[in-house]
Amino acid sequence: MPAQDTMTLEIFRYHPETDSEPRFQSFEVPYNEDWVVLDAMNWIKDHVDGSLTHRWSCRMGVCGSCGMMVNGEPKLTCAAFLKDYYPFSIKVEPLVNFAVERDLVVSLDGFMEKLQAVKPYIVRDDVNDTSGGEYMQTPAQLAQYKQYSMCINCMLCYAACPVAGHEDEFLGPAALALGHRYNKDSRDQGQSERLDVMLMGEAIWGCTFVGECTEVCPKHVDPAGAIQQAKAGAAQEYFKRFVAPKGAGA
Amino acid sequence: MGHGTTQQHDVIIIGGGGAGLRAAIAIAQENPSFSVACVSKVYPMRSHTVTAEGGAAASIKPNDSLEDHIYDTISGADWLADQDAVEYFVNEAPAEMIQLEHWGCPWSREPDGSVAVRPFGGMKIERTWFAADKTGFHMLHSLFQTTLKYGNIVRYDEHFATKLLLDDNGNCRGCAAIELRTGSTRAILGKSVIICTGGAGKAFPFTTNGSIKTGDGMAMAYRAGVALKDMEFIQYHPTGLPGTGILITEASRGEGGILVNKDGHRFLQDYDLGEALDVSDPRHPQKRAMELGPRDKLSQCFIKERDAGRTIETKDGHVMHLDLRHLGEAKIDKKIPFVRELARNYAGIDPVHQPIPVRPVVHYVMGGIDTDTDAATNIPGLYAAGECACVSINGANRLGSNSLTELLVFGAQAGRHAARFAMDHPDYDVSALEAQAADEGARVRRTYFDASRKGERIVTLRTELHDAMEDGAGIYRDADSLQAACATVTDLRERYRNVTLDDHTNSFNTELTAALELGSLLEVAEAMANSGLKRTESRGSHQRTDHPERNDDDFLAHSMAFRQEGGAPPRIDYKPVTITKWPPGARTYGAGSGLKKPAGETT
Repeated sequence: MPAQDTMTLEIFRYHPETDSEPRFQSFEVPYNEDWVVLDAMNWIKDHVDGSLTHRWSCRMGVCGSCGMMVNGEPKLTCAAFLKDYYPFSIKVEPLVNFAVERDLVVSLDGFMEKLQAVKPYIVRDDVNDTSGGEYMQTPAQLAQYKQYSMCINCMLCYAACPVAGHEDEFLGPAALALGHRYNKDSRDQGQSERLDVMLMGEAIWGCTFVGECTEVCPKHVDPAGAIQQAKAGAAQEYFKRFVAPKGAGA
Repeated sequence: MGHGTTQQHDVIIIGGGGAGLRAAIAIAQENPSFSVACVSKVYPMRSHTVTAEGGAAASIKPNDSLEDHIYDTISGADWLADQDAVEYFVNEAPAEMIQLEHWGCPWSREPDGSVAVRPFGGMKIERTWFAADKTGFHMLHSLFQTTLKYGNIVRYDEHFATKLLLDDNGNCRGCAAIELRTGSTRAILGKSVIICTGGAGKAFPFTTNGSIKTGDGMAMAYRAGVALKDMEFIQYHPTGLPGTGILITEASRGEGGILVNKDGHRFLQDYDLGEALDVSDPRHPQKRAMELGPRDKLSQCFIKERDAGRTIETKDGHVMHLDLRHLGEAKIDKKIPFVRELARNYAGIDPVHQPIPVRPVVHYVMGGIDTDTDAATNIPGLYAAGECACVSINGANRLGSNSLTELLVFGAQAGRHAARFAMDHPDYDVSALEAQAADEGARVRRTYFDASRKGERIVTLRTELHDAMEDGAGIYRDADSLQAACATVTDLRERYRNVTLDDHTNSFNTELTAALELGSLLEVAEAMANSGLKRTESRGSHQRTDHPERNDDDFLAHSMAFRQEGGAPPRIDYKPVTITKWPPGARTYGAGSGLKKPAGETT
């Protein structure tokens, strides 16, 4: 029998208690053409080094936990197949533009605040009154926002964005797409409140329309398009508030 | 791993999936002065609710009725469901689903703008609301995003709860939880507690469940003295992808997909599941028949077909084919786009042009923490909802699309009742609970960070657990197989006491959490195997080859597994099923099924 085929993973390691700076560690893993990068990481953790630290759960591309840089590209590691890299080695790093907690685990604190800031929920007075049955919404109205509701908060778009890494005020692709998702929802009446947030500083204006966010999105959301549409809406609102300040909600 | 700061709130929710978030909103909305803590070992939007695909049941259409939903649920459960709980669930379901619609869930719609419904297995009338085939994802994100509106919901993301804290009067007052970022164990205290930690499919090797589904909440309640009810009832979903176990939703059959054996034959017609209507027949897919039979029966038919040599052999074991080709690309992309994405990515199959290989896969635990219709346990101040709980509406076999609705109905119910308990029982001794939490932190450290240990790795024990459960407590079981599973799990629990970790550091120690999760799984698996051994009948998902008939005289009752100290197997008691209007009957699918009405009803 031939020796089992293997592949090499070069994995970023950093432990805040013991490391003054990050390092890379090589691991040889069995090559299995059905495996994704995440399977190889789990094999290492189970069999070789239990201290390897990464997040994961569903292994089917919907929980959004396992985003990492794979050979320099933001990827869901549950959807990055070894066979697409074989026989070359694979470099695995934490998502860029985030603070590293340990190994491949990054801090989501900033994103969680930005998500909350865009008021990602239906705003209207009778939202808790179910006595009148469902709000009507035609398939065409649903189509207005549906794709923006597909965001799994995996953070790949923040890792791809040239602005998110250095402009803290910028809300970033996923949060802006989700704010836009509610603005476009026919059931919602909160657009003006959301624009109050988006009009501030670099919240939305920071975007330079590179479009990398849309390129890397594993769920085919188009955050760049959402930001472009939202900017147009925000510009109109800005003008309206400038010429008619009494209408301002801020 | 130091001693973390104590936090105090009014109600503590452990688990941030659908049930936990619904409970949090119920409390925050109805008690604006309350502070609600949501403690999750992940971020809430990672919770396993996110993977549910096909839909959520509620009767709202003029051709449907609450009675039909009740009857389908009770017969689907093989009469092991508590009928008062089912009636409450079905009656509350429409308002809960409309509430979620108001909170932004992007339900698929009819041309007139009303919510669309589709048929699911075991249903006489179509009543499954859906958001294409990412229903759980949209429900979870709608709920999570709605919680962001409430300033009085305080999240403890990435906090791993390890122990329930009870005061001197036996009331549950919070939990000890490891803050993953720092590794410190903190006391998170409240006047009442709700467990919403999901199921335990990870006791098995081949499952649709994500890595986080490890029965932690079930095990915590069990250790605190609550019975685990009906744990022998494990649902195999008939259509998972071989190799990975990724779920291919029942909605694919609700939309008209068919199951065939290696000869292209729709074999379900050979097992009393009705007539195989041509796919072009306008009556196809026929409800409560063939591919829309219940999950337990379809999974059992696969095994019989396999044993008869008529399934397809692959490198990942035997499979059948789920054929969607006749639906056409447009319908597949509109109604079940995620099925196409998953089949392409993970099976290398485009279902528009090729049938999908599928096989039964562990999907759901019908049993769980014993609760009543108020979502209350026998410990004052402790409530549970969702898959971790057993109220029981699911009995011996859950109907597809009832679990997502259950999260809402019983999540909200748990929230209301926990809030009421908190108002009525506000006072407790903080320092005693803090001391318990400190002891728990010290216990965890002493147990898992002992550098002198030379035991086995987590993966060794976990693999043996998986093999024992698959071999002993699978779709078909008997006394010998279950006895072997019980013995292996007992042995593994003993060996687990010496489990050895590589990582003895504090910050984000996911090897420690994996060890704690294995501990939970071992406790839960022991209850599953022992409850299965004691139930010498066949009912729903529990099929004993040595006792092939249902036995209502002896087993129209819930098994109640009580944990014993000293590593002894659980004591199994029984509690009668609540029957209100629907006496046990023959469970039939196929032509004319589902027409049985409760005694005394004429409509």
